[in-house]
Amino acid sequence: MPVRKDIESVLVIGSGPIVIGQAAEFDYAGTQACRALREEGKRVILVNSNPATIMTDEGVADVTYIEPLKVEVLRRVIERERPDGLLATLGGQTGLNLAVELHEAGILDEFSVKLLGTPLATIQKAEDRELFKQLLLDLGIGAPPSKTVTAVADALTFAEEIGLPVVVRPAFTLGGTGGGVARTRADLERIAASGLSASPIGQVLIEQYLKGWKEIEYEVIRDSADACITVCNMENFDPLGIHTGDSIVVAPSQTLSDREYQMLRTASLRIIRALGVEGGCNVQFALDPQSFQFYVIEVNPRVSRSSALASKATGYPIARVAAKIAIGLRLDEISNEITGKTVAAFEPALDYAVVKIPRWPFDKFPLADRNLGTQMKATGEVMAIDRTFEAALQKAMRSLEIRPDALKPAQPEDGAEVPEGREFEPNDQRLWRLLDTIRCDTADGMLEDLHRETGIDLWFLAKLRNIVKLEEKLASRPLTPSLLRQAKRMGFADAQIAALIPGIAGDSAAPDTGAHDVRALRHAWGILPTYKMVDTCAAEFAARTPYFYSTYEQENEAEPLAGEKALVLGSGPIRIGQGIEFDYCSVRAAQELRAAGVQSILVNSNPETVSTDFDMSDRLYFEPLDSESVLNILENEAETGASLPPVVTQFGGQTAIGLAAPLAAAGTPLLGTSVESIDLAEDRRRFDDVLERLNIPRPKGGGVRTVGEAMAVANEIGYPVLVRPSYVLGGRAMEIVRTEAALERYVTRVVEQFGEHPILIDRYLSGREVEVDVICDGTDVLIPGIMEHLERAGVHSGDSFAVYPPRSLSGEETATIARYSRALALALGVRGLMNAQFVLTEPNGSAPGENVYILEVNPRASRTVPFLSKVTGVPMVTLATRIMLGVTLAEQGYAGYADGLWPAQPLVAVKGPVFSMQKIIGGEMALGPEMKSTGEVMGVDKTYAAALRKALLAANISVPERDGCAYVSIADRDKSEAMPILRALADAGYMFYATPGTARLLSEQGIRAGSVGRISEGHTTILDLIRTRKVQLVINTITGGRGPIREGIEIQDGFQIRRAAVEHNIPCLTSLDTARAVVEALADAGGYAVLPVGMYREGA
Amino acid sequence: MEIERSETFAVLALEDGKVFYGRPFGAVDALRDGRRGEVVFATGMTGYQEICTDPSYRGQMVCLTYPLIGNYGVAKEDVESRRPWLSALLVREYCDEYSNWRAAASLDDYLAANGIPGMCDFDTRALTRHLRANGTLRGVMRAYAPGETPDIAALVAEAKQVRSVSDLDVVGDVSSAEVEEWEDLTPDPFPRREGEGGAERARVLLIDTGFKRNIARCLAERGIEVVLAPHDVDLEMVRRLRPDGVLLSNGPGDPESVAGLIALTRHLVWEARMPLMGICLGHQILGLAAGGRTSRLPFGHHGANHPVREVRTGRVTVTSQNHNFQVDTVSIPAESGLYVSHINLSDGSVEGLAHETLPVFSVQYHPEAAPGPEDNRYLFDRFAEMVARERNTVALAG
Repeated sequence: MPVRKDIESVLVIGSGPIVIGQAAEFDYAGTQACRALREEGKRVILVNSNPATIMTDEGVADVTYIEPLKVEVLRRVIERERPDGLLATLGGQTGLNLAVELHEAGILDEFSVKLLGTPLATIQKAEDRELFKQLLLDLGIGAPPSKTVTAVADALTFAEEIGLPVVVRPAFTLGGTGGGVARTRADLERIAASGLSASPIGQVLIEQYLKGWKEIEYEVIRDSADACITVCNMENFDPLGIHTGDSIVVAPSQTLSDREYQMLRTASLRIIRALGVEGGCNVQFALDPQSFQFYVIEVNPRVSRSSALASKATGYPIARVAAKIAIGLRLDEISNEITGKTVAAFEPALDYAVVKIPRWPFDKFPLADRNLGTQMKATGEVMAIDRTFEAALQKAMRSLEIRPDALKPAQPEDGAEVPEGREFEPNDQRLWRLLDTIRCDTADGMLEDLHRETGIDLWFLAKLRNIVKLEEKLASRPLTPSLLRQAKRMGFADAQIAALIPGIAGDSAAPDTGAHDVRALRHAWGILPTYKMVDTCAAEFAARTPYFYSTYEQENEAEPLAGEKALVLGSGPIRIGQGIEFDYCSVRAAQELRAAGVQSILVNSNPETVSTDFDMSDRLYFEPLDSESVLNILENEAETGASLPPVVTQFGGQTAIGLAAPLAAAGTPLLGTSVESIDLAEDRRRFDDVLERLNIPRPKGGGVRTVGEAMAVANEIGYPVLVRPSYVLGGRAMEIVRTEAALERYVTRVVEQFGEHPILIDRYLSGREVEVDVICDGTDVLIPGIMEHLERAGVHSGDSFAVYPPRSLSGEETATIARYSRALALALGVRGLMNAQFVLTEPNGSAPGENVYILEVNPRASRTVPFLSKVTGVPMVTLATRIMLGVTLAEQGYAGYADGLWPAQPLVAVKGPVFSMQKIIGGEMALGPEMKSTGEVMGVDKTYAAALRKALLAANISVPERDGCAYVSIADRDKSEAMPILRALADAGYMFYATPGTARLLSEQGIRAGSVGRISEGHTTILDLIRTRKVQLVINTITGGRGPIREGIEIQDGFQIRRAAVEHNIPCLTSLDTARAVVEALADAGGYAVLPVGMYREGA
Repeated sequence: MEIERSETFAVLALEDGKVFYGRPFGAVDALRDGRRGEVVFATGMTGYQEICTDPSYRGQMVCLTYPLIGNYGVAKEDVESRRPWLSALLVREYCDEYSNWRAAASLDDYLAANGIPGMCDFDTRALTRHLRANGTLRGVMRAYAPGETPDIAALVAEAKQVRSVSDLDVVGDVSSAEVEEWEDLTPDPFPRREGEGGAERARVLLIDTGFKRNIARCLAERGIEVVLAPHDVDLEMVRRLRPDGVLLSNGPGDPESVAGLIALTRHLVWEARMPLMGICLGHQILGLAAGGRTSRLPFGHHGANHPVREVRTGRVTVTSQNHNFQVDTVSIPAESGLYVSHINLSDGSVEGLAHETLPVFSVQYHPEAAPGPEDNRYLFDRFAEMVARERNTVALAG
């Protein structure tokens, strides 16, 4: 069947902001799909609310809307663009649900939009638990005993029938939100309630829990002519019960014989045929480890996180093929880009092992529940490829970038004690605990014990033991070339080997020396990595994919690229503070190098991203982002006798910038800002000197290493102080400290956790916070735009709403900010991008502009680069990359603006943070200096009110416009400031519940408020009000300090209320600034525009 | 090289002078005087036990491209013939710590017990790429004691002398010696539906040129009585056995070396009008019987991921393959009534033949799978229907 002629234009729905369960994989899928559709001559209209994506960049789709993903918005897009078809299976659960809503609202019919690819009936059959169960029964494929219920009581009744434990699976939710394993009746009551509330249709499935069963996944593709293939199967290291997004996953399966492999493959094909999927589909099985009995656990009739992983693990571009199928092509009509000769109708053969490990955000939420279950908690993941399982696993562990010695025994963080007998319960630490146990316990049958306890297959445990055995060998035997090669084949890092060998790891003051010694030894002995190609066919055909992984073998397939080239460092796993924005930057930089005739080499460890699509650069190395791996690649790319190729370090977030110093020390040339300049910006003392020289004020403070020093500085500058470790990203461990005691606790903890780096202490200045991104070529400076935060300083910039152009800056203030930024960029010697943040205190009669203080400078691309690029139209990464190649701003036509300021555009854009707090059980959601959001959305329009409204809408902060009910609890110091906000709500007909103190205050102001007693005193009214949604908004400013339990009962009350609000999807605002913005948006009932993003810039 | 000379080591030398050093496993002793054979690679990621016991690999050293082998041990049920046949198994990493509920032994023990040597711990992808670039090569593999120095020149010279499978009676090696009713003696892991039973059952003669047991199982599952005949069965004997259909099985080597069977096939199809299905070698035999030609592929097809299109329906399936020879596309005479029914989507080679009017067809790939995808079992249904239909016609006529 050739390409459908009746479809000329296609609407593609993106997945919106990054949240837990829906991350960069959909940018990857969507970007690939847009390109695939345009290759076939289709006009692509894209809608996504997430500005940090590649897909929303100019040139990916024909028309791009950065607008909220809501039915009413999509209706207007459809009305305006009149697409012939809608492709909804590439935007995750968000895209899928919207397609269903658009259909149900009659909009698709009204505008004759055909749903492309997998039919709606299929989506419903796969997503509706009852329908799906029936389909399985019809196929004669079993499903575990289960029942769909819509009330907690029914869940309990059914559980009595089949016995506990049971799994609760909510219908139509993302990443298993609201689900879990219930072991007790109380568990079930709680989980069923949360599941029912999380499910948009109020439906959950109660299912028998199959303890210890294997979890196996298949990625399947079907075309409209009924041809089916499986791209890949995957086996979970962790047995059933942990969400696959939270599981360590291995591809291909390792412990299945061909019979089992084919049995499940055949079942997958039967299911996808019976469903009638046209495109990609993911099928998850539970397999009894002691028989051929299997059950189907879940089916996703769309591209998914697993399909992104499968694509990267095999080289097979699932999203591309799915998009082509959607417009009528058959599998045997789609070419296999990898070989250029064969077709997409084949099944990849792997000749390596792939390991994926999730990256969890518990470093940000020390008190959150770290246990893993059916509800996903990871923000991102890493993948590694090698020819041994041990090496793939160890490389993946390194890629997590959790601690410098990622493979050492687990350190219980924050003194968390593990209760006896629960050491191996599934959590983020389990892999390390297992290794540790194997290290300590050498008794016979120990692996069997571990297997019995954890259900993890003995094959995997034996592999862990192989790693431990080699550690012992390294520690106890003289190092020979053969032993060293064996260690490298098992994926041991040089640093790891050095730490194990008594002779080498002598110098604790310079931990890198050991690794250098091992490296030198490897060179002397000729033990160098080889690079093998990911070619989908196990070398059966000559492939042309520029996609490589390292392994210690005989033959190297990656000859150095000929000609000029540069290496771009990616940003590793998606984590809070380092998200998809940096992938955007890396990809744009690689493409720009290419455009400039320089071959781009990308290095990254994240399988979800666009950057690890082998089409995005001239060559992709899928490797950990550490200095050993990167240096190896550079040496491999250096032609004989030539020096190492240069590296671009400023686009991959803190991961990449952190590699600048070690790489430069090893003789690598850096493109752009030098190591010296980076150090100048990041070293507190040197930076202070620069500021002094430039006469730029900053909040008083200093760098300290001990509690004593900290006290001295704090006493001098006065409390409250803002404290943080240096060299971290995303405000990691940053806090506002108000007392001496709290400071002591903080310093002690941070020294333990982060080691020798200094701790920075600054006077905390409250005021407006402003952020700029700056491009500098050494002579000229361009400031594409200034962003003003809605929340005052003290809330991490990544968690703030930000407005472009700024609303409240005076001309003087703007000029001062521009002047400071320019002076700093030039003084620091920035070549490329720099980000600077300022706080503006109340002018208070001081000389104009003198109220501007610099807060921090980052000599690299920041989180706001994609946002600002899109709203200003300045191709920031392009400019910066060209500067690195020696082309000045003037030569690029971007010099000569007054104060270096790019003219403000005739639009207003509001960037809104998006949180995943629902998933992080027990996590504190109140805003503070440490970043907590996982993603962002953008509202752009002609007026501030409309842009704000759209940002709130896109961020899912929706409260009733009138006559709502709010619960308010305001800290004493905030009370006067809160009154006008509450008054405005009251004027909109809102009713209030409040803590007794706040209620009294409201009454005094003539606003009626119900007083609600403390939870700690046995009053649970407020929790009931939230649970029953009598309350639709919570405003709760906290009194400061850290930790809900440690800080006493009052906080604990607030904490419980905030959690309850989060878990029931009720907006909970902890900053009065955000609350003010929400109220402002309510007051303005005006409409908003729906336009392609470029048209706002043109002032349409 | 990863292998230290302080341990026993193995050397694989190819006829073109390329040499690989590795560690021997399996029947190491058998390697003392060397093993000879053609070296091929197979790309399936599972099914090493089925590959080892597939008689089609007789005379060949098989390099598995998936690097971790031995993971799930060996199971009693997963043998495709009475013993492993390949000359040697070449793998990247042999895993002795197997784990699977059906595993009865390790692959190492199994190979050792059956006299099959293996070599591991070397760059199998480098070998695969070498074979892809240079085609199937002959090779010699030998084990050496610690400290011993191999005479590489002598090994290479020996490799050049290795006889090609075309010059060997490999079919004779693997074929059963006499006619017998097939009985599934392998414990079957899946509960299967019993055949219809009794005198009503259709009888198919499975001519054993090295058949895989799953072929017989696939027939038996469809209620067919399977009678095995040796590869040199003659027309007389076929007449005596009065089959309702004939299945030409897979097998090793060059199809031209089974001239008797080609002649017999010609008679069965065009004279006796016997329902006939050919698989792999059986397909090539049908092609030759029709007057077509066969030739050697550069490095064969050995894997579980080959896409095939049925020409007339457009149906695309993924197939399991293991062959070095092919039927040449343009060689089938039109007057034979055969046409190319299936083609390979990767290289366009012939994957199936069918007769315009007679109940005859063949496929180059393995519809019985084991190992590999089960997508093509429908061909057995098709054959069973053909046999049943012809039987009815005969019965009505008689």
